[in-house]
Amino acid sequence: MNLTDHEKAMYDGEHGRAKARAMDLLVRYGEALGAERLVETNNVAGAFNASTPSVQAIAEKGMEHVYSELNLDSDEVVDVPHMVAHTCQLITGIDNDNWELQGVDKSLVDMQRANEKYLGRRGVNMFATCTPYQVGNVPVKGEHCAWMESSAVIYCNSVLGARTNVEGKESTGAAALTGRIPYWGFHITENRRGTHLVELDIEVDDMMDWGLLGYYIGEVIGEEIPVLKGTGRQPDLIKLKHFGAAAASSGGVEMYHIPGITPEADSIEEAFGGRKVKGTFRYGAKERRETYEKLQSSTEKKVDFIMLGCPHNSIDQMALIAHMLENRKIHSDVQLWVHTPRAIKQVAERNGYIDTIRDAGGVVMSDTCPAISRRLPAGTKVIATDSAKQAHYLPAITGVQGWFGSVSDCVDAALTGQWNGRV
Amino acid sequence: MDIAAEAKPETIELKGRKVVAGRAEGEALVTTETISGWGGINERTGTVIERRHEMRGVSFAGKILVFPGAKGSSGWSAYFHMTRLNGVQPAAMIFTRMTTKIALGAVVTRVPAITELDQDPLSVIETGDWVVVDADAGTVTVTRKSRR
Repeated sequence: MNLTDHEKAMYDGEHGRAKARAMDLLVRYGEALGAERLVETNNVAGAFNASTPSVQAIAEKGMEHVYSELNLDSDEVVDVPHMVAHTCQLITGIDNDNWELQGVDKSLVDMQRANEKYLGRRGVNMFATCTPYQVGNVPVKGEHCAWMESSAVIYCNSVLGARTNVEGKESTGAAALTGRIPYWGFHITENRRGTHLVELDIEVDDMMDWGLLGYYIGEVIGEEIPVLKGTGRQPDLIKLKHFGAAAASSGGVEMYHIPGITPEADSIEEAFGGRKVKGTFRYGAKERRETYEKLQSSTEKKVDFIMLGCPHNSIDQMALIAHMLENRKIHSDVQLWVHTPRAIKQVAERNGYIDTIRDAGGVVMSDTCPAISRRLPAGTKVIATDSAKQAHYLPAITGVQGWFGSVSDCVDAALTGQWNGRV
Repeated sequence: MDIAAEAKPETIELKGRKVVAGRAEGEALVTTETISGWGGINERTGTVIERRHEMRGVSFAGKILVFPGAKGSSGWSAYFHMTRLNGVQPAAMIFTRMTTKIALGAVVTRVPAITELDQDPLSVIETGDWVVVDADAGTVTVTRKSRR
């Protein structure tokens, strides 16, 4: 791989052992990919913090052991200097406030907090959300990023027009210390063009519709780049957040174009950029219905846990849920957890939304989600969620049965204890 | 003739590109389905746990894992990294589809890995075959289980 003089100096240890180990990882990774060089990045979103039992044995030796082993893949334990790139922490395993409800051992909470202090001083900003683009990290079109979290990556590439591959724990750890990431995949303009056309025969309108469309596209397209035609009404952040998360769950979609709406294509021709269209799919009422059925993994109408807010809710979603729960009480057999980034939770608190949700019997969670933490209320057998991503992963990870539907279907289930959702 | 054939086991050599250096040999475990890391494997046992996966319940620990590649969460590398720390990593990886997940995952699992083979490893290699991966030489040598 071709390295610049500065990269060679870092590799050779002239800027300290941590950067040398980071460069070693980036070179091994770049060569594995077949990349010819690295690219500069000043925007890293990764998974740094220690919050799981499997990390505990390493954390007990010291936080530099955690970073060296898990974020740099280094056998040599190095002192960790301040991050070079703007860096943030994505979602974590523990809600710093609601850990008891999650059933987390106090020793793990103490570890997470100690680790956050260690990382915070070194410039890892504790956004603690899967949606950094909602709380201040909004990359500019063309900006080279090194992000993890498939739902954030697809948003970054497609909606913002910034450039990132799906990075991992070790590559983001190395990128944060060096400001470098392999120049490969979505960093290269030619690799960002559309491959398949998806023609819509029905209007896609609310959030559930966008989730269904995303889940369908991921299933049929896998890791290719869809170009959408006929989406009708202008979508917003909430809808595209759900669409992308769904497409990145059922498949491995990391980039899409909606000509006229997403920034890299004003027309279908521009979206394909002269590439041959590999295939065309039509999405109509039949496909919508079939996708809806696929997302249901439950036969039991009695529900005991409602999960809202995957990807983490925007302030508008929090307002809607508070409005639906105003002066009402959820069913006594049901637990309701609503997830939003900590920064948005503060706004929701000020607006009174948190009080409204709490008075109704719900809990507002931050920093984590049940799929990441693998923690649900004790005894949960049947869940309902407004997230295609959560409906995809939670049954697989935790063995529960799951219902998927609109936010109003989910709130209805919270109030009645019964699933009455329909497409 | 038959006796001679049995005495000399059938071997096939595939040529490809090194992803991670090293040499390893072992029994092949072949799947035509991509594997999820986070949410798809148990990192303490090296077992596939994904609902509806053809290898569900099967452990790849110590096996030559032959598969199309990675899918799913960006936690792929972190979970395969943990299989190494727990001593249940595969002995080597042979795969067909390059992505950042599989590249980084193979690197941090630190096992010999190879791709871009001149024949499709998913159809040439069968579960149970004895496979030698020499990533530095860019070769995969397959000895049929029936002839071993």
